[in-house]
Amino acid sequence: MAEPLVRIKNLFKVFGDNPESVIPMVEAGQSKDEILAATGHTLGLQNINLDINKGEIFVIMGLSGSGKSTLIRHFNRLIDPTQGHIFVDGVDVMKFSARELQDFRRHKMSMVFQRFGLLPHHSVLENVGYGLSIQGLSKDKVKEKAMHWLDAVGLGGYEDQYPSQLSGGQQQRVGLARALCTDAEILLMDEAFSALDPLIRREMQDQLISLQHKLHKTIIFITHDLDEALRLGDKIAILRDGKLIQVGNPEDILLHPADDYVEAFVHDVNRTKVLTAAHVVNKTLLTLTGRTSPQQALEKIRERHADYACVLDGKSLKGIITLGEAERALSEGAGYIADYVSNVNCVPDSAELEALLPRLLVGKDDQPIGVTNEEGEFTGMVSRRRMAEFVS
Amino acid sequence: MAGESWLTEFPKMSREGLLAIRKSLDATYRDFSREYGESIETIFDPLLTFLIWFEKLLLNTPWPLIIIAITALAYFASRSWKLSLGVIVSFLLIGYFGMWEDTMRTLSIITVCTMLSIALGIPVGIMMARSDRVQSTVTPMLDIMQTMPAFVYLIPVVMLLGIGRIPGVIAVVIYAIPPVIRLTNLGIRLVDREVLEAATSYGASPTQRLMGVQLPLAMPTIMAGINQTIMMSLAMVVIASMIGVKGLGQPVLKSITNQYFTLGLFNGLAIVALAIIFDRVSQAYAKRTQKHMEGTDHG
Ligand SMILES: Nc1ncnc2c1ncn2[C@@H]1O[C@H](COP(=O)(O)OP(=O)(O)OP(=O)(O)O)[C@@H](O)[C@H]1O
Ligand SMILES: [Mg+2]
Repeated sequence: MAEPLVRIKNLFKVFGDNPESVIPMVEAGQSKDEILAATGHTLGLQNINLDINKGEIFVIMGLSGSGKSTLIRHFNRLIDPTQGHIFVDGVDVMKFSARELQDFRRHKMSMVFQRFGLLPHHSVLENVGYGLSIQGLSKDKVKEKAMHWLDAVGLGGYEDQYPSQLSGGQQQRVGLARALCTDAEILLMDEAFSALDPLIRREMQDQLISLQHKLHKTIIFITHDLDEALRLGDKIAILRDGKLIQVGNPEDILLHPADDYVEAFVHDVNRTKVLTAAHVVNKTLLTLTGRTSPQQALEKIRERHADYACVLDGKSLKGIITLGEAERALSEGAGYIADYVSNVNCVPDSAELEALLPRLLVGKDDQPIGVTNEEGEFTGMVSRRRMAEFVS
Repeated sequence: MAGESWLTEFPKMSREGLLAIRKSLDATYRDFSREYGESIETIFDPLLTFLIWFEKLLLNTPWPLIIIAITALAYFASRSWKLSLGVIVSFLLIGYFGMWEDTMRTLSIITVCTMLSIALGIPVGIMMARSDRVQSTVTPMLDIMQTMPAFVYLIPVVMLLGIGRIPGVIAVVIYAIPPVIRLTNLGIRLVDREVLEAATSYGASPTQRLMGVQLPLAMPTIMAGINQTIMMSLAMVVIASMIGVKGLGQPVLKSITNQYFTLGLFNGLAIVALAIIFDRVSQAYAKRTQKHMEGTDHG
């Protein structure tokens, strides 16, 4: 596997007058509350280890006070760790001089803030171009780029307004445009959508996803909302009292929660809205072609104690042949099974289970549904029984 | 000493002891001022030259021009016709009642004192905002400057520099500078942490943060400080007239010693008129330039 873009190693953060003195207590396994009571120091983060790969949306999730903001502020060193290392592109960020750090912040990362963090005395356009203008680019150039990104987030025409004249959702779009405008490789988003109402929030999530498809940034996204995490995240890390509890992809978190804390998190999630056909697809399937003989087909189906086999035409699904049909083909002495294949419904693997469920239930008998990937190639089948395992 | 208890009578230092302290301190300071008074005076020479030049400028310019200039300034700062009209009327009345020259002198010294206070106060305020240590040493000094009766620090200033404009300016600045310093410090410290973080996260240098974010966002607070400084220097003008600062303060002083009530009242009113004009114009200016920042505190 390639070197991760961002790597955090053994990171500790303690807030207080003499943070180093508390580290031994942390390493001895004392809890955040015990340390606070004994020393007056707040344990922000303890022994964090993370790898974030290029091009992924990495979501960090946790309840209020779990240290999410503290963690994300370490990536661009708005906060310095008490102990530990932060590597970006294999370079130890902690070793940067003030000048190098400034350059690193200008070109490598940009950040979207929970309460927007817009400059109230600058116009929307100036806000979007802020990152470039402090780099010393010419006014025209800054303006041109800023206009481009303002349009990209759907705020063309608002360039001369001031942030206070915009709604919360619009202000956050400005924040997003500002972050995109410097063309940094890594995007840090600290509860960027939490201050928005559900409708606008959904809209912003969609916008982020579609931008990501175009731009392929590496996004580190903070949220306390599991639905948002599952919707956006390629990987999710769960933080509790400054400790990483679980890191995994959305279905790992959902289907195999590491402990009660995560369990409680995922408990109320409507899985049919989160999981897609790709999650429940049964890949270890028996596949035949139209040119298979009935004899062979029957043997293979019986061998696996299956009810049916999939019949492919190249890489796409032609249909299925049931056990009964295969027997009929044999008794009728057909050379190939092609004529005995019955059609099935197909869905793309991005389809939400919510949409899949009614199709499965109203389908005749126990007929499964085929799943195809983006290129239309067959990836597997979903049956009623399989579905039941996930949804219950 | 029989019959006197140390409880009823505070056990104080002997008269001779006190006298010795006073004598030696006074003598030391007198020696110091004899020794260095002149060289310190030369430090202030450029300031004095400017002060005299500015006063002459105001006095020698024909009065209609001055009124036009001040009204224009007031209008461009506040964009208010009412205020500008008020300025014209006040100055016409001041001139009509024979206080034009004194008013011009006061105006010149106030202008210089304010500029000096801003030029010294804002950097000090910035340093206080940057470091808690500086803040905790400067704050008590400001407390002393504001509570020490002005007459007390007039004495050493006069001993050092004699009577005249420069000691007057120094006395006024000492008295009037604390609000600018305090409010600059406060304004910078109150700047929204996330906005400053945003600037930092995009790679702003310390200077870019100060000039581009902290000072502009602290400006309403700093303006309030400047406003107070102007008011306080106007109030100080009367006291400074005791050490030879010419202007509206001297007639007031004269009318106290000679009990000329009307003279005192007229000159007092002229000071009030100046104060109101300065106050309204600077506030209107601040409000106008900060308009778009209203209502940004939410969510
Ligand atoms: N500057 C600070 N000084 C002292 N303690 C701090 C500081 N910043 C954060 N903390 C502590 O660190 C812990 C984590 O705070 P953090 O802001 O990272 O939480 P969070 O997960 O972002 O919460 P929220 O969802 O409310 O934003 C809290 O217990 C907080 O009290
Ligand atoms: Mg937070």
